[in-house]
This record gives sequence, structure tokens and C-alpha cells, in this order.
Amino acid sequence: MQLTIWTYEGPPHVGAMRIASSMRDVHFVLHAPQGDTYADLLFTMIERYDHRPPVTYTTFQARDLGGETAGLAKRAVAEAYTRFQPNLMLVGESCTAELLQDQPGTLGMTLGLPVPVVGLELNSFSKKENWGASETLYQMVRSVLSDRACVPAPAPRKTPLVNILGPTALGFRCRDDIVEVDRLLAQLGIEVNAVVPLGATVEDLRRLPDASFNIDLYPEVSRPTSQWLQRAFGMPYTQTVPIGMNATRDFVAEVAQLAGVDPRPVLGDEHPGVARLSASQSRAPWYARSVDSTYLTGKRVFIFGDATHALAAARIATETMGFEVVGLGTYSRERARDVRDAASRLGIEALVSDDYLEVEQAIGAAGPELVLGTQMERHIAKRLGIPCAVISTPMHVQDVPARYSPVMGFEGANVLFDSWVQPLMMGLEEHLLQMFRDDFEFHDDAPASHLPATGRPAANAERVADPADETVAAAQPPAAVSAPVAAAAEQAAKQEIAAGWTPEGERELRKIPFFVRGKAKRNTERFAAERGVSAITVETLYEAKAHFGR
Amino acid sequence: MVMPIALERESAAPAPLKVLRERGQHEVFCGLTGIVWLHRKLQDAFFLVVGSRTCAHLIQSAAGVMIFAEPRFGTAILTERDLAGLADANEELDRVVTQLVSRRPEIKTLFLVGSCPSEVIKLDLGKAAERLSARLMPDVRVLNYSGSGIETTFTQGEDNALLSMVPFLPGTDARQLMVVGCLADVIEDQFRRMFNALGIGPVQFLPGRRASSLPAVGPGTDLLLAQPFNGATVRALVARGARVVAAPYPIGAEGTSAWLGAACKAWGVSDAHRDAVLSGPAERATRSLARHRAWLAGKSLFLLPDSQLEIPIARFLNRELGMELIEVGTPYLDRMMMEPELALLPEGITLSEGQDVERQLDRLRAARPDLTICGLGLANPLEADGFATKWSIELVFTPIHGYEQAADLADVCARPLRRRSQLTV
Repeated sequence: MQLTIWTYEGPPHVGAMRIASSMRDVHFVLHAPQGDTYADLLFTMIERYDHRPPVTYTTFQARDLGGETAGLAKRAVAEAYTRFQPNLMLVGESCTAELLQDQPGTLGMTLGLPVPVVGLELNSFSKKENWGASETLYQMVRSVLSDRACVPAPAPRKTPLVNILGPTALGFRCRDDIVEVDRLLAQLGIEVNAVVPLGATVEDLRRLPDASFNIDLYPEVSRPTSQWLQRAFGMPYTQTVPIGMNATRDFVAEVAQLAGVDPRPVLGDEHPGVARLSASQSRAPWYARSVDSTYLTGKRVFIFGDATHALAAARIATETMGFEVVGLGTYSRERARDVRDAASRLGIEALVSDDYLEVEQAIGAAGPELVLGTQMERHIAKRLGIPCAVISTPMHVQDVPARYSPVMGFEGANVLFDSWVQPLMMGLEEHLLQMFRDDFEFHDDAPASHLPATGRPAANAERVADPADETVAAAQPPAAVSAPVAAAAEQAAKQEIAAGWTPEGERELRKIPFFVRGKAKRNTERFAAERGVSAITVETLYEAKAHFGR
Repeated sequence: MVMPIALERESAAPAPLKVLRERGQHEVFCGLTGIVWLHRKLQDAFFLVVGSRTCAHLIQSAAGVMIFAEPRFGTAILTERDLAGLADANEELDRVVTQLVSRRPEIKTLFLVGSCPSEVIKLDLGKAAERLSARLMPDVRVLNYSGSGIETTFTQGEDNALLSMVPFLPGTDARQLMVVGCLADVIEDQFRRMFNALGIGPVQFLPGRRASSLPAVGPGTDLLLAQPFNGATVRALVARGARVVAAPYPIGAEGTSAWLGAACKAWGVSDAHRDAVLSGPAERATRSLARHRAWLAGKSLFLLPDSQLEIPIARFLNRELGMELIEVGTPYLDRMMMEPELALLPEGITLSEGQDVERQLDRLRAARPDLTICGLGLANPLEADGFATKWSIELVFTPIHGYEQAADLADVCARPLRRRSQLTV
């Protein structure tokens, strides 16, 4: 038993739903009790689907237990086929149905439907959402291609053909990333054979082996399928995920090599640091080198998310932004090793956990100046008064913007630059705050000047109006809303009061702007503890400052 | 088990209503969802779901309440190890509860909430609650109820939670009024002022704001029902000697007047005094509905089953705002709880119980209602099909009871229509 407050991933059948919902002609029958239908709203609300996900739930009840549930599942499969006429059916179970052992997948296959029926074993009590998605994609592709396994490789073509594997419904920015990757491929003269599963048909799955290699765009979902296609059809797959400037360059080089084409049409224009040329592809490198960005140097950043986005963020943070990565972690246990390797290269220890409280503790201990995380970390950061940008699922409706907003490719690099810098205090503003601490408008509660002010007392630069929170606040009895606010204020106050500080020392500490005060305080206390200083004076503060540098 | 209870009847029984009973896909939340409001109402309680990752994900997604960094609910997620041996599962549960209680010392009542998987593996949470209570009392009382989807729909979770508290209510013979059903704090306060002015009291609310200070119940207790979904709790209170004051629910000006009026009658408040207290607020509420009536009168309405509030809301929108009812869906029909409401529904409507969502949507598309009240999973797809919708969960998470909220409820329903007429995209 694991005590959980918030979860990073849903159950595996939600992953299966993401695959079914991504496809255009697949229907999923889920053997599940009433209540599990909540999963529909993930699609219709978070991603604003204009149609229902193609899922039928058997919604069995207590009175059906003991014999009736299997029949119910069989009828549901038959009726769903008749009503929706899909070209392939997935049949799976949610956690409770798994306990009943009705084996609806097998039952579905015996119905003699004229389309493939793929039974899924989703291991609800040990696996999670992304695994469920990858397993479902793998089983579906295998099943469709079972009779093509011996077909010889396609004849060489003038234009190389590739598949893009991995983008799904409810994946982070998948909708726009496909467009961006597609554009890169077009510039290289490579044609896309199929994008799977987002927007794909069963026929597209059948045509997968027509391509010469696969782009493994989102390894959490597509890696097992890519690996199987390599084994069965000798199709190589890409290793680089094109998130960030340098990764996009590497991706272009890798793809060009696999396709046997010249990368220069894309990379030839790229001269890092030269504004007018790199601007043709992306402004991000020049923006990062422009003097305005020097204030970003060495900003302490904590990164947490799925492995793909966390790894990409760590590389961008160090190579493009000039940040110092003080924390790197993931909830994707399947890819823990990659994240651990990346962390050790940065000289830190990776946090591999799906325990929200553990992540909160780690962030508190690391004392970052910026958090790049999921919606969970956004809430943690908010409580701690640290700016935050969301880089990975789990996401909220505001992470699915109306505007074109990829995170992959050259435009993705622009988007990431903007969205990471936006929550931060601007360079000169930071200096002014430090110089004129006594200005009445520079109190701790004053937000960054480009962000809307609120009445809420919190040392927090992330004061962006938050539609999600407003919805929730409106949905709660009035008295409920003030509680977390009060708790946050109380916590902020607690952070301020320190044992061992002399009144003068503490007064001087308060003159340090709040966004670096936490670090100054920690460093000074550590410095004092290491030297056995019991009363922290102004002197101690500056001694510590000199010792630790910036 | 249905207990016979005495219902006050003012008029002859209405003509038997035709009910369309359906069995198919139920697009309705399970009882766990009730935790979303109960954990806010009961300020000293914690709700621990014993279930699966699905349960945790459901509450998180349905509620979207990630704003609360550490809410007063959580899930003990069953893993394969727990399924292998129930003895171990009990040990594991004790371990998790110990961890929780030491982390949150302010918890005075801990609800162990059963789920589909815990029911299916027959994990006896009742016994577990007794065992843990014996260990943790007097600091923490441990109660247990089921919010599982195989046994409960959406709001029945509240019913089961309240039901689990009934055996622990102290006994009393004193004459008192008990309002049953979770209300927003602001509405509880409004009703309290109203009862004071009417001279009705003492008044208890179940649930109150603390699970550890429970109201008493007994033969002198009159029950006034604020929510239509607490049937099991009401029956258990009746078994403790309480008496139901039958009334429509306090939704809309008319419903609120009838509800308070029934309490006046039971407490011998004179008609003159009743009218002196109620006529002002009632008139104000009716007046406030006028501008919404312009949008809603004559428009057709289709309600999909969700919270059990469908019947009172349909009655309000029909009688006070002039909407035409096409179909009123309800997850289940508890006639004892709905009798006074059913008498107020117009003839010729379809009342549907249970659900086959595909067939119901076929009927909806054929009827082309002007407004559809439905769950979040269906709202955007229906909008994209050209139907104006109001998500029903907002009707559960918004204060809608009482005089002062009548116009708010009307506004929530009129807004989709106003918005459609305003937009030119």
C-alpha cells in the first residue's frame, strides 16, 4: 500500500485510452465499474476535445458480480462494434475488472468480428499510465502487422520515407510538435509515411514498414514499438528527441544520416551567436547570448517531469540558458537510468520518485530560483514562492494553449526560452530592488513589474492570473479558499524567523531581495554551523557571502 | 432495506409517473467524488481512500483541486503485494494510517473510504476502522464507508459518509430540528438566521463543520432534508426515532418557501409570523429571477443523470423560469426522497432512471433541446454538435440552495444561452 496525495500518472488503462483516442478509427471497450468514466473528461476538458473519446465502459455494478460481468463485457464489445464500426477494437480492463478475471479481451476475440480485436493486459496494480500507452501501442501495431512480418524491405525510393512514432492525445504539446518536426523533415527532403498514433488510422499502421526508419519522438510511449519494428523489419530509430536548440541540431544530423540526405539545407543556416543568420531558424540562441540574458547566468533551477522533457530541460538549462541545475528528477521509473546518468554528469543525484511529498521536500532543500516541472511542481513552487514554468505532463487546461506552441524544433526553442524567462524578475529590476530596498513599492510582496499584481501576500514572482485556480476557488465554499493562502503566508513567515540570528544580522538579511534571501540565509547558517558561530551577526553574513561567492 | 416512514402529505398522491429505466453505460462519477466537498466541509476530518491508482486519479481529475498542496484526503493505493494476502493488506493499512495520523495531528476523524477494488477483494474496512479506532481513540475516531462505483453513484458518497456517522450521534429526546445534507457554509448561516427569525430551534446541521462534534438525534428530532441524495442516512436517523418533515428541496424561491414552510408547520409557527419573515426574502428572490426568465422561458431542457439534484433543478427551471422539460435523468429514483418533488413535475415529461448513455444521446439529438445539463465528459462534444450545455458538476460545487442563491442558479443555467447569443465566432 502506498499513501498517495497526488499522482503523476494515471492508471495504465488511461494510457490505453490515450492511444485509442489518438487514432481515428479505433474503438476501446473498457471493462470497468461506474465512475471510471471520469477519464473521458481528461480529453474533453484538458484538451478540449470536440468529440467523446472512442471508449465504451461496461460500468458493471455490485449486483452484476458473480457471473454477469463477463456477459456484460461481451455484449458491450458486440454493441460497440455495431454502433461505431471501427477498423480495430481494443479491449481492456481497469483495476477492478482485472480482479474479476473475466478476460474480456479473449471474450472479444471469440465474437468473430470482421476487424482485429486486440486484448490488452494492463497490470493495473503494478503499472502506470505511460506504460499502458506504450504497451497498447506496441500490441496494436504488432497485431496489425502480424501477417507482414516476412515482407521484404521496401524498394529504395528517391525521397526517403519515415514514420513519426509516439505523439498521443494528452501528450505535452504533441499537437504542435508534430508540425514542427514535419517542417524540419520537409526542409531535409524527407517525406513522412505515417504519424502514429496521433491522427493515424489502422491503415497507417499497416503501412509502417514502408518507411525506411522511425523517429522515436516520445520514448515513454513509442520505444517498445520502435524496438520491435527494428527487430521485425530492420527499421532503425532515432535516439535524439529534438527539444531545445542543440538537441534539434543533433536530431537533424541524426535524421539526415539515417535518411542519407544532406543536413545543410537546415543546419547550413545555423551559425550560433550570429543574430541575423540564426534568426532564420530560431531566435533563442541569440536571445540567450544577448546581454540582457546575462542575469540568467547561474540561476539555480530544479527540474522534474517525465524523463523525455526533464532530460531535455536539463540540457537546455545548462547549454542554452546558462543555469545551474540544482535538482533533476523524474517520475518515469522506466527511464530512471537515463536520468541518473544525466544527473551524475551534472554532479548531482537524480530524484526518481512518484511521491509528490518527496519532490516537495527536495525542492525545498535545493532552494532553486526557478522550478521547471509539472503541474504538481507548479503548486509546490507556488507554495514556496518560487517562479515556475510547466515543461511536462501532468498538465492542466492552461498547458494546452490556443496559440501554436511547440516545444520541439527551432520554434520550440523559442517557446521554451520565452516561457522559462517569463516568470523571472528582469535583470535590471533585480538590481534596482537590491539597491533601493527602502522604496515602499519594493516590499517583499511586490511582484515582478511585468506580472499582474494581486492582493495576496506572498514572496512570489509567479503572479500570473491562473484560470485553473479561479475555477477551483469558485467551486469551493468561500471559507475553504483562504485556508491554503493562510498556510502559505504562515510558512513564508516561518521561513523568515531564524534561530541564531542577532537582530542586526536579521535586519541586514531582510535587506537582501526575497528571491535570493533564502539562499543567502541557508548559506550563512551553514557557514555559521561549520564554524561553530552561535550568534549570526552582520559580519557573519558578509563573511559567508565572501566565502560562497555569488 | 427501506424503513417505513411517515410522510406528511398535503395533497392527494399524484398520478403515477412514467419512468424510463435504462441499463447501459453509466456516464456518472462514483461516490468517491463526494470527498471533494466533504473534506472542505469537515475541517477536522481526513478521507483515506483504500483503492487503486484509478481512485486517486479520479479524485484528482474530477476535482481539479491541485491548488490545495496537501488536502485532507489521500489514497492508500493497493499494490500487487496487498492483493496477494489480505492479512498483509490489513497490516499495511495500519502502517499507512499510523504514518498519516502522525503527519497530521490535527485530524480528529479519519474516514476509511472503500472503493471498487477494496470491495471486490473483500477487504473488511469496517473491522479495520474498529481496530484502528480502538487504538487511536480518544484522539482520532476512525469511521468507514464505501464510495465504490459498483455500489454508489456520485452524491451517494456523501450519503454513505453521513450514514457512517449516525451510530455515533448522541441520543436526545429534546425537540429539535436537524437539517440533513452538506451545505455551503454561507447557506448554512443564511438558514440559521432564517430559523432564528422564525423561532424554530434548536437547529442542528448534519454534517456540521467538525466531524468530532456530532449533533444529537432522537424521538424529538424533526428532519428537514437539504439534499435529495441522503436517503440511507435519513432512514438510519428515522430508525433512531427522528421524523421526516416532508418538503420539496430548498432550490429556488418556491422550493425554499415550501421547505421553510414545512418546518413552520411542524413547529407550529403561525402563518402570519411565517409570512412576515419569509415574504421579504421570497419576494426578493422571485424578483431576482426576472432577468434570467427572459433567457430561459419557453426554452427546452434535457438533463442527463449526475448528482440526484436533477429533479429539484428541473422543477425549479420549469415552474419558476418557464423552461420546458424534455427529459429529466436521474441516476436512481428514491421515491421516499423525491415524493414531494415528483408531485411538482409537469405531466408528459420523460423521467429516466439509470442510463444507457448512447441511447440517451440518441434521444437528445432527436429532441434538440435548447439547453442540456450534463457531465464534463459530454459537455464539449455536445457543444461542438451545436447544443448549449451546462456542466452539472458546477451545480454541486456552487451554492445554489436558499432564497439568495435562486438567481445564481438561474444565472448558471442562463449563462450558456447568453454567451451563445453574444458570441459571433
